[in-house]
Amino acid sequence: MSASRGIRRLRAAAASVASIPITLFGLILVTFVIGRVMPIDPTIAIVGDHAPPDVVAHVRLELGLDRPLPVQFLIYLKRLAEGNLGHSVMTSNSVTSDILQYFPRTFELATAAIIIATLIGVPAGVLAAARPGSRVDHAVRVVSLTGQSIPVFVLGLIFLLVFYAELGWLPGSGQIGVFYEGTVPTITGMLVVDAALTGNWDAFQSAFAHLVQPALVLALYSLAYITRMTRAFMLEALGSEYIVTARAKGMPERVVLWRHAFGNISVGLVTVLALAYASLLEGAVLTETVFSWPGLGLYLTTSLLNADMNAVLGATLVIGLIYVGLNLFADLAYRLLDPRVR
Amino acid sequence: MLTRRTLLAAGASGTAAAALSLSGWEAQAATPPGILVIAKQIDDIISFDPAQSYEFTDTEVDANVYRKLVSPNLANLSQMQGDLATTWDVSSDGKTFTFHLTQDSIFASGGPLTAADAEFSLQRAVTLNLTPGFILTQFGFTKDNVAQLIRATDPHTLVIDLPKPAATSFFLYCLSAGVGGIVEKATALANQQNGDLGNHWLTTHSAGSGPYQLTSWAASDHVILDANPHAATKPLIKRVFITHVKDAASQALMVRQGDADIARDLTPDLLASLAGNPNLYRLTTPSTTQMYVAANEGYAPFAKSGVRQAIKWAIDYDGIQKNIVPATWIVNQGFEPSMILGATKETPFKKDPAKAKALLAEAGYPDGFTATLDHFSEQPFTDIAAAIQADLGAVGIKVTLLPATESQVFTKMRARQHQLILSEWYPDYFDPNSNAQAFNANIDDSDHSTLKVVAWRNHFFNPTLTAQAAAAAQELDTAKRVAIYQQMQAEAWKDSPIAFMLQQNVTAVLRKNVQGFHLGAQSDFVRYDKTQKT
Repeated sequence: MSASRGIRRLRAAAASVASIPITLFGLILVTFVIGRVMPIDPTIAIVGDHAPPDVVAHVRLELGLDRPLPVQFLIYLKRLAEGNLGHSVMTSNSVTSDILQYFPRTFELATAAIIIATLIGVPAGVLAAARPGSRVDHAVRVVSLTGQSIPVFVLGLIFLLVFYAELGWLPGSGQIGVFYEGTVPTITGMLVVDAALTGNWDAFQSAFAHLVQPALVLALYSLAYITRMTRAFMLEALGSEYIVTARAKGMPERVVLWRHAFGNISVGLVTVLALAYASLLEGAVLTETVFSWPGLGLYLTTSLLNADMNAVLGATLVIGLIYVGLNLFADLAYRLLDPRVR
Repeated sequence: MLTRRTLLAAGASGTAAAALSLSGWEAQAATPPGILVIAKQIDDIISFDPAQSYEFTDTEVDANVYRKLVSPNLANLSQMQGDLATTWDVSSDGKTFTFHLTQDSIFASGGPLTAADAEFSLQRAVTLNLTPGFILTQFGFTKDNVAQLIRATDPHTLVIDLPKPAATSFFLYCLSAGVGGIVEKATALANQQNGDLGNHWLTTHSAGSGPYQLTSWAASDHVILDANPHAATKPLIKRVFITHVKDAASQALMVRQGDADIARDLTPDLLASLAGNPNLYRLTTPSTTQMYVAANEGYAPFAKSGVRQAIKWAIDYDGIQKNIVPATWIVNQGFEPSMILGATKETPFKKDPAKAKALLAEAGYPDGFTATLDHFSEQPFTDIAAAIQADLGAVGIKVTLLPATESQVFTKMRARQHQLILSEWYPDYFDPNSNAQAFNANIDDSDHSTLKVVAWRNHFFNPTLTAQAAAAAQELDTAKRVAIYQQMQAEAWKDSPIAFMLQQNVTAVLRKNVQGFHLGAQSDFVRYDKTQKT
């Protein structure tokens, strides 16, 4: 590698890193302004609708709502620089501790979902592209359309009705059976992982069983996107000259398909998977609602509806970081996987 | 590199792991015997400190964790009975209350409960003056005078001097509200931060003497209560687990499958769908929550009495009740819920479009006018708002619906920027003064008023009703007090911009093996301690 190329790569990497704080600042600024101008009085979340004027006025003072908006924003930024995200009025906890409590649950659910979606979606997309117009392709299309066209809460309720209420194969709402509630010490915040780490296998089974349905519902939603994108990438790759060359050289179809075509789409696929994962990590509000899964999405929505702005800003910041982080990861993976970029 | 072989291997091992794990899971036919599992929406909880608790779920939990000096007899709510106080005396002028406390009450910590704890609890509620603080400060207590006015004269006697006269039942019912919960002084002070009298700590912990103690609360997740080993009467069930299930359909499935013992927030259609299930039964009781439509007199047409009356005659109360909320609400047109002192059972308004049109014409609006209706964007409000829109449209008032979240609707109403509003209300305490004042008293219609209740929020300024509400609150003779409320009701029907429509029937669906659960008219009347599973 020449010195000038190395400098160029360093510059590109520095530019990527430098854009992160600017992106996050913009995110915080926009969220803060929207939060302050939306027609909800934040005092209502704290004191309710019946509170007398003197109590409301006192809380407004405590929240600093009497100060000009720019001053409020600067105070927030100063606190943020000190690593203080403030307190949530809905939970009475610091927003940092709330996020540490809620995010691992969403992380657990999203990770399970993306694993399922990838394991099914990618091979399905490849097989559909290998035989376009075949029964496999039609079947994949139907499943994809189902995943994308049925609202996720309807899908969730159907799953509950079939697998929980009618067949009794899987447990219903919640993260773990009531009997095991409070028996798993918090290590990572992910019940399945914590139960395994502590060797509490009964609780592990219960937590795992509770994870299956919401993870499947979310996976079905992402599956559609992943399958369609994989199929499109593969169709494009299979029409390339190097595939024709490989076939002309007498390569077995299996090798052509998986090594030559699939190997070349992995770059684009990484971006697709990263984006799908990011959208799952921001919290699937409806799935979390239907399955009573107290994750980040539910936390953010409840906070937003109650104008609990510290919580909203904290959660938004986390989601922003996830997006930025995964984009950076996709970027790095792109450089690693694509020899042309190398 | 990712190959088909690795993909297949990973897929197979994932499936095998799932199958292995699920084989250990068996559908639970019932919840564990010593635990009562309640499926409920609990994301309203703000704090369990009695000096701050004011939402439905936290006041319900506190009612099972803290005891008060007095409480209504749950079998006959018009009757006040002693709780921590065995007896009490009231001076002839109605201003001095002397409470004689039980000798043997013990906190969950094992510490004895004395009058010093009661003195501390009531004084701290006034001093902190958080959301429910006004229930006590409305009697004239301030942080400067409360130490002189509320005092323990010996370990089992508490004397309270009211700064101004008040109806005896009015004061007692206020003491029986959640803000009157008695906190253990030593525990609260041992955990105080920056002079907050333990408020921050008590938000997530408890220090009471009720049948249960708070074991854990995870916001928007669960609340766990465990039996208080020192409770005067031991609860029949050792643990209460309240799980947050926001979706009503999920609640219905849980109670049907036996994963919850009680489902608390079921909609009429779900109640109907569970009606024939032999494993379940329904518990229903009238609650004090009411639904009303209010017209802001700040909007020119509603400043005319005839228009306000026309609205009351245009609405199809019975039709709405029967067709939209048959199981969960009943018709009530008075400003007091049916079980509160002074309430009326009369329903003078029926749908009469001809009369409504005539009233509009008389008021100068023969061709009607346009108005907006703010309402909560959730059931049953959306359906009821649509019905009101149709009813008012039939008499010439063209209504545009403005659905929004509760916080948005309340924000707009408090700023008096609405025209029509469909909302609900529950009394702050079980005494007629709460609603009589909220819906009728307006001491100053300016933006600087110190009383910004529902009447003020709708620019409803009726000096007669304002004076009557104040007089009734101070009337020592109960019969005379009732008479005042009845006069007020007649006047409100004639003049008020608030049309009361419905009163809620609070409903829960329980498993057949769950007995003794007490569903109250208010959230602080719900009791878990007599519940048992057979």
